[in-house]
Amino acid sequence: MSEKINMVNMKINGMEISVPENYTILEAARENGIDIPTLCYLKDVSKTGACRMCIVEIKGARALQASCVYPVSEGLEVLTNTKKVRDQRRVTLELLLSDHDRKCLSCPRNQKCELQALADDLGVENIPFEGEMNTYDIDEVSASIVRDNNKCVLCRRCVNMCKNVQTVSVIDTMERGFRTKVGSAFDMSLADTACVNCGQCIISCPTGALREKNNTKEVWNAIADDSKVVIVQTAPAVRAALGEEFGYPMGTAVTGKMAAALRRLGFDKVFDTDTGADLTIMEEANELVERIKNGGKLPMITSCSPGWVKFCEHNFPDFLDNLSSCKSPHEMFGAIIKSYYAEKHGIDPKSIFMVSVMPCVAKKFEAGRPEMECGGLRDVDAVISTRELADMIKEAGIMFSKLPDEEFDQPFERASGAGVIFGATGGVMEAALRTAADTLGGKSVEEIEYHGVRGVEGIKEATVNMGGMDVKVAVAHGLGNARKLLENIRDGKADYHFIEIMACPGGCVNGGGQPIVASKDKMDKDLRVERAKAIYSEDRASGIRKSHENPDMVTLYNEYLEKPGSHRAHELLHTTYTSRGLF
Amino acid sequence: MAIPFKGTKEQEEQLKAVIAAHKGEKGATIPVLHEAQDIYGYLPIEVQKMIAEGLGVSLAEVYGIVTFYTQFSLNPKGEHPIGVCLGTACYVKGSGDILEKLKDILKIDVGECTDDGKFSLDATRCIGACGLAPVMTIGDDVHGRLTVDQVEGIVKQYS
Repeated sequence: MSEKINMVNMKINGMEISVPENYTILEAARENGIDIPTLCYLKDVSKTGACRMCIVEIKGARALQASCVYPVSEGLEVLTNTKKVRDQRRVTLELLLSDHDRKCLSCPRNQKCELQALADDLGVENIPFEGEMNTYDIDEVSASIVRDNNKCVLCRRCVNMCKNVQTVSVIDTMERGFRTKVGSAFDMSLADTACVNCGQCIISCPTGALREKNNTKEVWNAIADDSKVVIVQTAPAVRAALGEEFGYPMGTAVTGKMAAALRRLGFDKVFDTDTGADLTIMEEANELVERIKNGGKLPMITSCSPGWVKFCEHNFPDFLDNLSSCKSPHEMFGAIIKSYYAEKHGIDPKSIFMVSVMPCVAKKFEAGRPEMECGGLRDVDAVISTRELADMIKEAGIMFSKLPDEEFDQPFERASGAGVIFGATGGVMEAALRTAADTLGGKSVEEIEYHGVRGVEGIKEATVNMGGMDVKVAVAHGLGNARKLLENIRDGKADYHFIEIMACPGGCVNGGGQPIVASKDKMDKDLRVERAKAIYSEDRASGIRKSHENPDMVTLYNEYLEKPGSHRAHELLHTTYTSRGLF
Repeated sequence: MAIPFKGTKEQEEQLKAVIAAHKGEKGATIPVLHEAQDIYGYLPIEVQKMIAEGLGVSLAEVYGIVTFYTQFSLNPKGEHPIGVCLGTACYVKGSGDILEKLKDILKIDVGECTDDGKFSLDATRCIGACGLAPVMTIGDDVHGRLTVDQVEGIVKQYS
């Protein structure tokens, strides 16, 4: 920010404007109230000028130019709204649509599709081009992600996300010309690749070509089955984004209405995964302190993000011993519900159907991992995304905005603020530090907000003094940043005691299961920042802000688990990892 | 991919040397693929994995390049490679039908190889034998003035 950026003067549609010299025409126009249609452009992810939807006329230029990649310059004169521009954009779109599976009514992105919106905006009345169409088999083998290339417009937003941002690189463009398609090598299913299921491809996709594996049917069936006790838990990031599906501004926490909606959907008990997060912190902070005191493997790396865990298993098997052995919060909570809670309330654990509502599609894969069980019972029986929950609420005819604000069910109705901030990058670290600082120092530490680990910078580092010891920590979000951080450690360029990694840029608030935000809106605001606000304000409003001060935790350990890291805690709450290789 | 991979230790050593020579170069993938195809005759998944791992690029990217450029082949050449000329003269004399007949008999598409490794099928540009149109080649043999009815008998001579 300290570098001075010069301004240039230019004209758009006859209007004199002054914009920073590093802008593109698209950015200059948007900032001055002129909307240029885009399709392949996605801020910070994809900027290729390939789809030709954003073409504009430039005085003196030979042909129409793609405004998303055209830099501004002094004296530039641009026209964004001439007949020539409008006609050419429309023809390009009609050609795209001529090889598109136009079954919009039954498409999961119906009314949330950027291609559909463009057709509406650009005045497409019919598609005059009829010819050969590509038809593809739908890849629905993955537990998390469905790929339907019949809906693909070859914008490559998913490819750029997977390859350049996440560095997972399991999809690319294949073949050429009319046969060009996006897919994995040798037409493999995503399930057979090193895909980590983060679902960032889904929220990058402008159409219905990528979507989550839908699990709502299983949930509806369980609710309809009287022999089942159907218990639901919701992750912290869900409340920060669910409202967007019902017209609330981004960053509105809808915790109370969400709890009310879940009850009306027919769940028998409505719990908060934040309680699971508190439990994770109890175990993870203990594990960290033990590793530091007893010369265990350091740095210890968080294991809450299943996308990150699978990324580590494929790409950094030499770091598997660094991963915390803690299961993720919803798995821990599921295990506690089917053991402690069932026992205490006289419920047959076999009759419990545990549903997790997650901002994440990797959680679907995680819930199916063979390790995630105890005594032959799955910790979690079904995972649905924030989007799927919104769909269920709509299908049930629940008027979300008219719902009262309700509480979560007892006995776990009051999770700590530390549990809430799990949903944003830096949150797990901060929550763990709040507890570890008290444990290592032997007293309650007053200063509990660790601002050094907050925010959307890719890799954050801090040194925290705890009980007289300098603990070096780092936070990375987005797997490209995680790769950088781990390579630095491998090369001996950095070392830490404790690292938090979340697979998704911005953390769970921007998870692959969250409401999809159109590329246009992403130009205007950073949803990672907006949604995180909802989470941090809930933390600040919370009476309990440290996991170990949550009275439910005290009771749970007194009555059942004894102490963090106990034999029973290990049986229920900890897990193991598998080296998976790259291919 | 019905044909089992029969790469030898020597071929693998050669490929490793090629990868080592190009490693770190910008745009190394395409030259390495060319040399790999010279070594193995084609680019099966086993070879592409070695290249991806060796150069530190994704398998998806390597496969994307291989399927983009027509000079790269995913399939080996058969013991008797068949080429059908689709140059102008042969085409107007009906070589398109000859090609269809071959696909039908061999149950493979252009660019593929039969499961037993005997025949592979390619469509070629003009081979300069227009006077014999329509023409197909099997190995080094040229078969000219073909009719669709003759194709099966000719192929049988090689099986």
